[in-house]
Amino acid sequence: MNDFEFLKNRNLQTDRNFASQPYWAGVFKRFFAKKRPVIGLMIVSVILLLAVIGPMVSGYSYREISSVINPETGKQVVARGISPRIPWLHSLLGKEPYTDFFAEKTFLFGTDDLGRDLWTRTWYGARVSLLIAFVTIFIDVIIGMTFGLISGYFGGVVDAIMQRFVEVANSVPRLVIVSVLAIFMPKGIGLVIVALLLTEWIGMSKIARAEMLKIKELEYILASRTLGAGNFNIIFKDVLPNTIGPIITQVMFSIPTAIFTEAFLSFVGVGIMLPQCSVGSLIEDGFNNITTLPYQIIPPILVLAFMMLGFNFIGDGLREALAPKLEDM
Amino acid sequence: MNSSNRQPLLQVEHLKQYFKPRRDYTVKAVDDVNFEIYPGEVYGLVGESGSGKSTIGKSVIRLYTPTSGKIIFKGTDISGTLTKDARDTLRTKMMMIFQDPMASLNPRKTIGDIIGEGLDIHKQYTSRDERREKIVSILKKVGLSPEHYNRYPHQFSGGQRQRVGIARALIMNPDLIIADECISALDVSIQAQVVNLLKDIQAETGSAYLFIAHDLSMVKYFSDRIGVLHLGHMLETGTTEEIFANPVHPYTRSLISAIPLPNPGLEKRRKVVGYDYASSGIDYTVGSNHVLEGTHTVFGTDEEIARWTSKQ
Amino acid sequence: MEEKDKILDIKNLDVSFRTSAGTVHALRGVNIDLYRGETVAIVGESGSGKSVSMKAAMGLLAPNATVNDGQILFRFKNSSGEIEEADILKKDKKWIRRNINGKHMAMVFQDPMTSLDPTMPIGRQITEGIIAHLGLSKKEAWEKARDLLLEVGITDAEKRMHHYPHQLSGGMRQRVVIAIALSCDPDLLICDEPTTALDVTIQAMILDLIMKVQKTRGISVIYITHDLGVVAKVADYVNVMYAGKIVEVGNVNEIFYEPAHPYTWGLLSAMPDLSTDDVRLYTIPGSPPNLLHEMPGDAFAARNPYALAIDEKEHPPMFKITETHSAATWLLDPRAPKVEMPAELKARLERMRREAQG
Repeated sequence: MNDFEFLKNRNLQTDRNFASQPYWAGVFKRFFAKKRPVIGLMIVSVILLLAVIGPMVSGYSYREISSVINPETGKQVVARGISPRIPWLHSLLGKEPYTDFFAEKTFLFGTDDLGRDLWTRTWYGARVSLLIAFVTIFIDVIIGMTFGLISGYFGGVVDAIMQRFVEVANSVPRLVIVSVLAIFMPKGIGLVIVALLLTEWIGMSKIARAEMLKIKELEYILASRTLGAGNFNIIFKDVLPNTIGPIITQVMFSIPTAIFTEAFLSFVGVGIMLPQCSVGSLIEDGFNNITTLPYQIIPPILVLAFMMLGFNFIGDGLREALAPKLEDM
Repeated sequence: MNSSNRQPLLQVEHLKQYFKPRRDYTVKAVDDVNFEIYPGEVYGLVGESGSGKSTIGKSVIRLYTPTSGKIIFKGTDISGTLTKDARDTLRTKMMMIFQDPMASLNPRKTIGDIIGEGLDIHKQYTSRDERREKIVSILKKVGLSPEHYNRYPHQFSGGQRQRVGIARALIMNPDLIIADECISALDVSIQAQVVNLLKDIQAETGSAYLFIAHDLSMVKYFSDRIGVLHLGHMLETGTTEEIFANPVHPYTRSLISAIPLPNPGLEKRRKVVGYDYASSGIDYTVGSNHVLEGTHTVFGTDEEIARWTSKQ
Repeated sequence: MEEKDKILDIKNLDVSFRTSAGTVHALRGVNIDLYRGETVAIVGESGSGKSVSMKAAMGLLAPNATVNDGQILFRFKNSSGEIEEADILKKDKKWIRRNINGKHMAMVFQDPMTSLDPTMPIGRQITEGIIAHLGLSKKEAWEKARDLLLEVGITDAEKRMHHYPHQLSGGMRQRVVIAIALSCDPDLLICDEPTTALDVTIQAMILDLIMKVQKTRGISVIYITHDLGVVAKVADYVNVMYAGKIVEVGNVNEIFYEPAHPYTWGLLSAMPDLSTDDVRLYTIPGSPPNLLHEMPGDAFAARNPYALAIDEKEHPPMFKITETHSAATWLLDPRAPKVEMPAELKARLERMRREAQG
């Protein structure tokens, strides 16, 4: 074909242009382009992994008290307050072998003052803490979003009444709620979950309401209304999917709050009850023995710190990845 | 267009739309506006920002509840509480095309689902295949490709998105399409594409338009009749020829003189006639509609009308 | 022709942006000349690169931008009164901010609300720059600011200087923005869609104002716009831009009465003038290309009804038509088949020429 001939058989009237990158691919790339969210994701993954397999690989259970029978006296000797030991590493470094009754045993984080393996208990506690956080946040998202979306969508009197309710709920300090609950409920996981449920949904509902107020005036919602879409459809099919970004971000910030609250409640003694444990109750135990057995408090505190750091990093990264600033063109 | 012996498709009578942002403060966005649109006709509504032109569109399609006045669409009063029949007529036979192509499509829905929303709500298909077929044929009609069906709005340019918005309205086979500044956010070359598309649709389906714009040259090109709005008042209305051949109200004259011309020789000589309501001595709260000839109607006091018409 | 004083010379500017979706090749070899006292309009669709090229000239490129090639030579009178030439691309941001922005080059943006500080009375906003750049005392600066407001047609200037931006109308705000731009006696004023956000009746007044200021001060002005009405009114020379390249350049009469590039044909016929009553406007089909994808050949080919086979292989060079007029389309190559612009456009340009003379 000659270079200077007209191109033939072309359909100019159909426009085939489109940008190839789907939305989530962009979010993905932006999330992984920065260091901190990746570090956060790695921290959280490692902790999640250890929380699942940590207690399984140790060979102890979280409530098992390690003991041996002293062959000389025939009495039971309990592995109380043993500092972290890894016998093979110990001999590898050419140090004098342990001489007590547990010379052959491995206690990565040591044992507590009842003789339970702290490695097992730490990861078991992390598992409990994460579980409590996930369950309460999941329920809070559902309650908070429904409440916030409805309040924001209908506005007027409905909104005014619902928001006064939020203000009242928000003005009661969490500790007061916990104290009142403690009268009616047994201490333990249940109390922690209910206490978190009663307070954490408020943040979610505020974000959902703010998003609703912003989105409901946008033209695509007006378009749905001119097509005759019902309120239910508009709230849950048009607006809800568009609030996912801010909600996921809020979830990432709520998880560490929930974990910390649980730790705090357990620390003050209304949380997890023995022989169960959580990160918070382990810190409490460690704190009680800090003068005699100072190594005990280190693992749960590090796990708590890294969990909070990791989730916050992920939340930050998600917030930026989901709502990119318009690339200056 | 011979409209004298036909029933209007839409009649707007004494429409008032007030907003009360504070208890002691009322904004009269639309104040006593009358007009009608006949089947298959393009009625252009022009005015500057704050003139109430977009508010009229939103009141007519009942995104707002009118403060007072009557809106009759296809013989049904749609200004008060809607009966089920009135709602069905309104929501299937009157459609709107929006201003901002970046905000008028739901970013979490595929193009196919956006266009098919009306079909879904009013259950206008019997099978998934029929739904898809309808959507794909509309996509083709607005110059998009069937492969766009599963894409998301952010993958498209402004002009393409506006075509999706048109497809969403078009699929319902509406009798009246309200085009609310639907070209003002687009580049000039794309504006022409969209107006051509609207013209083609009109020729094919015979639907009427309420074409709201601030660009008088496009309004002149596209509309059969024109209404000029300022500060919520309809100042002058008539056929496009009547308005452009003989603009009577000083505001209309100012608007027409302000149209930029793509002709350097003329444009460099063009003089704009200013219009300032505050200093013009005209009071919109007094005065009445005067029919000059045919459908050409001007709003003003007897004395003003006499002055404006004698100045020719 | 008399010797003219070139103040801005953009040579072969090539800029790309790194985005999460890949590299966007926004400018692909842009050349723009501007002489003292003249007005150049850069016309193009959004995404054509017209704003990016001016941001580059002002040294305001976003951090994710990479300059692959080119020069931006800017000539201005420095503080000792000598003509100094600087390559903007080679200077660091700090030097540009101190010596160029707001001093020798000033910009007027589309939306006056975004360029004014809502928390500060306008008098202070104007004097701030004057004090910083010209080193005048507070009182002198205040007087200069008042004179500037009078110059831009704000009659009750003294009173207005105590007002906040939200107390002014849109047209009034744009006048204030222009006053701020003029406050340090720039050599070059860049106007980015200065009237798009304003009502039609105000638009012409703002353009008249800029033209008047330009004449009295003898400065050069660059307009970035997609509105051919604006171009027709103000421009001496026109650069038509498409997909990061200048596709046609000429003086305003050449572009409007003798356009040579099919894209310019499309732009001109897309805008109805008051005598247009053609049944259809001739338009450019499709939508602008996505600059994420590298395009061999002519970026416009996919929308060009007159595309030749060679358009898909090689980008056309600039073919010179007159001393001032050239266009980048293979249709001007002597080997190409003879192509006339669409008949309706031809008739319209004929009529426009008659109207312009009459």
